[in-house]
Amino acid sequence: MSKSGISNRRTPYLLLLPGIGFLFTFFVWPIANLAQTSTQTPVTGGDTGSYEQTLRWRNYIDAFVENKEQFGRSFLYAALATILALAIAYPLAYAIAFKAGKFKNILLVLVVAPFFTSFLLRTIAWKQILGEQGFVVPTLRSLHIIAPSTTLTSSAFAVVAGMTYNFLPFMTLPLYASIDRIDPRTLEASGDLYANGFTTFRKVTFPLSLPGVVAGTLLTFIPAAGDYVNAAILGSPQTKMIGNVIESRFFKIVDYPTAAALSFTLMAAILVLVTVYIRKAGTEELV
Amino acid sequence: MAEKSSIHGDLRLVNLTKTYGDFTAVNDLSLTIPEGSFFALLGPSGCGKTTTLRMVAGLEEPTNGQIFLGDTDITFTKPYQRPINTVFQNYALFPHLSIFENIAFGLRRRGIKDVKEQVEKALELVELSHLASRKPTQLSGGQQQRIALARAIVNRPALLLLDEPLGALDLKLRRQMQIELKWIQKEVGLTFVHVTHDQEEAMTMADTIAVMNEGEIEQLGSPADLYDNPKTAFVANFLGQSNLIKGTISGNDGDNHIVDLFGQKISLAKNRSHAVDNSIYAGIRPEKFRISRLETPTSGNILTGGKIEDVSYIGVSTQYQVLMPWGQEVMIFEQNDDAVAPFSVGENVNISWESGFTFALRGDEDAEAGMEVEPEETIDDDE
Repeated sequence: MSKSGISNRRTPYLLLLPGIGFLFTFFVWPIANLAQTSTQTPVTGGDTGSYEQTLRWRNYIDAFVENKEQFGRSFLYAALATILALAIAYPLAYAIAFKAGKFKNILLVLVVAPFFTSFLLRTIAWKQILGEQGFVVPTLRSLHIIAPSTTLTSSAFAVVAGMTYNFLPFMTLPLYASIDRIDPRTLEASGDLYANGFTTFRKVTFPLSLPGVVAGTLLTFIPAAGDYVNAAILGSPQTKMIGNVIESRFFKIVDYPTAAALSFTLMAAILVLVTVYIRKAGTEELV
Repeated sequence: MAEKSSIHGDLRLVNLTKTYGDFTAVNDLSLTIPEGSFFALLGPSGCGKTTTLRMVAGLEEPTNGQIFLGDTDITFTKPYQRPINTVFQNYALFPHLSIFENIAFGLRRRGIKDVKEQVEKALELVELSHLASRKPTQLSGGQQQRIALARAIVNRPALLLLDEPLGALDLKLRRQMQIELKWIQKEVGLTFVHVTHDQEEAMTMADTIAVMNEGEIEQLGSPADLYDNPKTAFVANFLGQSNLIKGTISGNDGDNHIVDLFGQKISLAKNRSHAVDNSIYAGIRPEKFRISRLETPTSGNILTGGKIEDVSYIGVSTQYQVLMPWGQEVMIFEQNDDAVAPFSVGENVNISWESGFTFALRGDEDAEAGMEVEPEETIDDDE
C-alpha cells in the first residue's frame, strides 16, 4: 500500500524527466552560454573570433545604439504583419467555425497545407510572385495603382507581405479554436436583445474570441519580430531587421558578444511587450 | 421598468408553415394567443413546437404564412426589431459579462436611461440582487435560469418566449420554478408563450395549452378541458393516462349515447363524443374508476368480469391492473382513503364509474398514439 503510494508520488517527476533533460541540454545550457558570451571582449592580439570574459556590460548599450534603427524596424514590420494577419485570419476563422458546415475539416487542412512544403521555398516563391515576371506587378501597373517604374521586390512591402503570409496559419488556428467554442445561442440571444449584426459582433462575438486574438497575435508577433528569412530573401539592405543583424554578427563578422547582447535585448523587449499586452487584454478574466 | 412597446396585442399565427427539405416541421398552423395570457405549446420531441417559437422570435424564417403582433405583420422583421424576448433552453447568458451587464444588455441596446434602477428591480424580482457582480459560470443552474428570465423581462417585451426553460433543472427545483414563473407572469402581466414537452409543467402554469403533434395542433384548450375531454387518442395518452376501450354506439337515451363495450352496455354524454360514426373508443381516466367486489352494489356505468392482475401501492394511491373478459388490461388508480380492504391479485371484481366522466374518440384512431413518447431532455427539435 505505502509502496504504491511512494511510486505514485514519483510518477509526475518521472514523466517530467525527458522534457526537463531536453530543455536543460538544448535551451538552459546554451542560453547560459549566450549570456556569458554577451559580456566578453576580444582577446588583445588574438585571432578573429577569440574572446575573453571581461564582464563588459557596455556591450549591451553599444549594440543597441548601433542597431536601434533595425530594432525599430523589426517591431514595426512585426506589428504590421500581425495586424494584416489578424485582418485576414479573423473572417477566415469565423467562416470556418460558423459557416463551413461539412467543409470545416477540409478548410482546416487547407489552412495548414502550406506547412507541407518548406518555409524557405514558399518565401522564395514570393520573390517570383512579386517579381517583374509575376502577375501582380503588371496587373497593378495596368490598373495605374503603382507607377510603371515601381517594383515590389526588395521592398518593405514584400517583407511585410511575406511575413503576413508565413505566419497566417499561426493566427488562424488559435482564432478558429476560440471562435468555434462560442455558443451560437449567445449570438441569437444578442439579436433577441435588440443588438443588430454589427453590435453583436462588437459586444459578444469579438469579446468571446479575445483569447484566440491574444494567442494568435502573440504566435505571430513574437516569431515575426525575430524573423530574418523574409527580410533576407524579400528585402534589401534598407529593410534589414534585427534578426538579420544578429545573423550576420554571428556567422559573417564573428562578433559573438554583440550578437549575444542583441539576442538578449530582443528577448527582453519581446517579454516586456508581451507582458504589457496580456495585462491590457485581460485574458485571465475570460472563460 | 421600461414602458410597454408600441407594438403589442394578441399574437396571431396565420397558416404558418416551415419545411426543411422534405421534412415539414410546422404544417399550416393558425393560432391566436391573447395578450396577457400564459400559453403553453406542448408536444413531444420533433413536434414543431420549438420551430414555431423560433419563427415567432425571428430566429427562423417561415416557409409560408404570417405572424402578427396586434395589427403589425412581423413575419420578416429581424429579431432585434421585434418587441419579443426569449428565455433560451440553456439560458445562453453572455459568459464574458457580469450578471448586471447581462441583464442590462437589452436596455443598453435600446438606449434606455435609468439602466441601473431597472436592472436592480429585475434582480429583486428574481431575488438575486446579491449576485449582480458575479459571472454566469459562478452561478448554479437555477440561478442562471432566473437571470435569463430577468434579462428578458427587464425589457418589458410585448411577448416573452420560454423555450423549455426548466429542462435542465432537477425535479424539485423545477416545481419551485413553475410556481415562481406563474407568479412572475401575474406580477408583470406580460404574455408568456412557453414551449415544453412536460405535460405536468404545462398544466401547472398555462391558462391555455396547445397540444402539438407532427407540426400541427391536435387540440387547444384549458388544462382541465384537455384532460377531461380530449379530442384525440394522442391528447388522451400524452396528457396523463387513459383507458381506451373499443365499442359501438347502439342507441340513444336523451342526451346520452348507449354504447356497447364487448357486450356490456354503458352510457356516455353526447357532447363528450368526438366520434364520427358508431365505431368509437370509450375513454376513462384511471382515477375515475372504482373497483368493487362482486357482491357490492354500484351505480353509474359498470363493467363486470374483471380480475385483478397486478397491485402496486404508491402511497397516495394504489395502482391496479385489471384484466377484462375481452382480454384488455385496464389501469385503475384508487385513493387509499376508504375502509374497503385492498384488493389482491387474482380477485374477481367489477369496475364502475360516473357516466359523466366518459369521453369518446373516433373508432378508427390509433389507441396507442402519444403513448410511446420517449422522455426528452434538452433535445432541440429543429434538426
